[in-house]
Amino acid sequence: MTPTRKRRLYLFLSLFAGVSLAVAIAMYALQDNLLYFQSPSDVVSKQIASGEKFRLGGLVQRGTVKRDPQTLLASFDVTDGKQTIHVEYQGILPDLFAEGQGVIAHGRLTSDDHFVADDVLAKHDETYMAPEVADALERAGHPVKKKISDSEPPVTTTPDSSAG
Amino acid sequence: MTENPSIWQRCKVWFHRWGSPAWFYRTSGYIIPWLWGLCFILALPGLYLGLFVAPADYLQGDSYRIIYIHVPSAWMSMMIFALMAAFGLIGMVWRIRIAETMAICSAPIGAAFTLIALLTGSLWGKPTWGTYWQWDARMTSELVLLFLYIGVMALYQSIDEPRKAARSASLLALVGLVNLPIIHYSVQWWNTLHQGSTIKLDIGESSMDTSMLIPLLLVVAASKFYYAAVLLSRSRGLLLQQDQHKRWPQELWHANKADPT
Repeated sequence: MTPTRKRRLYLFLSLFAGVSLAVAIAMYALQDNLLYFQSPSDVVSKQIASGEKFRLGGLVQRGTVKRDPQTLLASFDVTDGKQTIHVEYQGILPDLFAEGQGVIAHGRLTSDDHFVADDVLAKHDETYMAPEVADALERAGHPVKKKISDSEPPVTTTPDSSAG
Repeated sequence: MTENPSIWQRCKVWFHRWGSPAWFYRTSGYIIPWLWGLCFILALPGLYLGLFVAPADYLQGDSYRIIYIHVPSAWMSMMIFALMAAFGLIGMVWRIRIAETMAICSAPIGAAFTLIALLTGSLWGKPTWGTYWQWDARMTSELVLLFLYIGVMALYQSIDEPRKAARSASLLALVGLVNLPIIHYSVQWWNTLHQGSTIKLDIGESSMDTSMLIPLLLVVAASKFYYAAVLLSRSRGLLLQQDQHKRWPQELWHANKADPT
């Protein structure tokens, strides 16, 4: 390589390294703001004040979904396996809302473990399965998330170990 | 060992030939139909199997099938950006004109894939998540990628001298490269609405049924050939346009007139 080309190559590579470093530092500083949601453990450890708006994310604890037959009021527990927060929501739940499924609720705490949501989103995980496979897993004793609409009387099982 | 230098030399000569616009124009003309052929051979069965044969998802039903467009587009949006920056770096350091041309011609293709990834993701998000758009790290960084592509194209258009314009735009592409690891790792570094990768290249099994995975991989492979074919076609067009008053296009034209095969 000629000296000019070598010089140019080093110039561009060091430029790239510099920009990467700057972005990495900025990202590190903004870490908390880049979190789209807080897990129940985060809520406890960060001591988020009641009334402050944030997004709560976790899995819907199996067997905790209750619906008021007269209104759109729904309540369920959101867990990350360590901490659990009770959520109340008035409105239409997304289609994929299910027990054991990930969920993100936007709203505020009314007490330490009580959360009122204005908005609920279902968080999809990265697993794609054919219905027959899901049925087979179910029969083999592995709990698979189920849509609320076609669920039998809720059975209480342990939540999935992975959070989201 | 005695053979190696000659093979190396031959490769080098072959590689250097690509630097000549006339050679590039002629040779890519032979290759492009093959690339299109491979693209269709992979894409047609991939899309047919994915959209009609693969089973529905146990949770999402048929709406998951948008994955056969969304995932290849999202991957291509990132791969093309990396290649654009690589072509750009070669262009900036070695001042090889063809590399500059290929960097510039990659930008609109990559931008199109980015836009498709964003739109299909948004359409899938409504039935799945319950929202078209949220400012989570994955979606925001992918949107930034679209703006970077637009920036590269705008910068190229704003400078009159084409080679200087290509090198300036390449510099932006090189700087924008920082965004790629952010897009890829956003779902691991931060809590996001977007789920983690279904297909794991590094470790572990993919969390997808084989009957769903195979069509996806076919479409992914097809999209690479699509990019190669469109990139070469665009580069040929740009070279021809820039060199219209030079000798090689005229010679080519006369040769074609004499022997139209």
